[in-house]
Amino acid sequence: MKARVTISLKNGVLDPQGKAISHALHGLGLDKIGEVRQGKVIELDLGDISAKDAPAEVDKMCTQLLANTVIENYAVELLD
Amino acid sequence: MKAAVIVFPGSNCDRDMKVALELSMGAAPAMVWHGDSVLPETDLIAIPGGFSYGDYLRCGAIAGNSPIMREVVKKAASGTPILAVCNGFQVATETGMLPGALLRNANQKFICKDVNLKVTSENQRFVGAYETNQIIRFPVAHHDGNFFADDETVERLEGEGQIAFKYTDADGNVNDGSNINGSRNNIAGIYNKAGNILGLMPHPERLISDQLGGIDGKTFFDNLINSLN
Repeated sequence: MKARVTISLKNGVLDPQGKAISHALHGLGLDKIGEVRQGKVIELDLGDISAKDAPAEVDKMCTQLLANTVIENYAVELLD
Repeated sequence: MKAAVIVFPGSNCDRDMKVALELSMGAAPAMVWHGDSVLPETDLIAIPGGFSYGDYLRCGAIAGNSPIMREVVKKAASGTPILAVCNGFQVATETGMLPGALLRNANQKFICKDVNLKVTSENQRFVGAYETNQIIRFPVAHHDGNFFADDETVERLEGEGQIAFKYTDADGNVNDGSNINGSRNNIAGIYNKAGNILGLMPHPERLISDQLGGIDGKTFFDNLINSLN
């Protein structure tokens, strides 16, 4: 079983990299683009962790290490 | 008086910190590897600057979960003074020892220069060498020094004297123009509630002799060591 964790900055947290991407897209003529927010995706092979335990285990990984909940939100997707 | 400097893979100010402490203490601090799980007996722990673990995942995130940091967090909770500089400040926020987080600089640039700081607290242990509102100069060298915390936390830091330093211009103006990296309220350094942990982005250990351009940092370390002796 695998999990995909998507981490994004919370609303209101400045994202200079997202802003730079937005400027670059405008530079390509894609000037209809509004705000851009950059995040990250982490894929985990859960090994022997059961489907029943997976949500709680991955949540624990997110709060302890993968995301900083002061500035980031995370979403977990479990994959077969 | 004994001190310890934590060394992570990718630390690059650990030896600067050692030199600064040794100059003020007259004895070398213990250098403690991140993978150790026991701290030597110590009156002060310094978490130095650098790029621990290559800044992978988030600055300070992986270092914050290293074996030695569990011990550092325990010592901090029991009142041992902690000096967390630059990457050390990022590590300290990641462990929750200090509130907030350090984001990418608002101008997206790595900033490496001497900056003016206003001393905004009366914590004798860390800033007893300076007058309140005194302007001092320390170097900064960071890409992720943009201090962020929610409104409630910033208000609490302001209200309870937990802000150690703010970025200012040479005339003492603390405003957007003197805010080098976009930090909330120009915050350059903060204390925990108990006042035994100082985290700051600027590097006092890099300004400890006239040959390095000044001694504002030496004054800082002399006071810190005197207060612990």
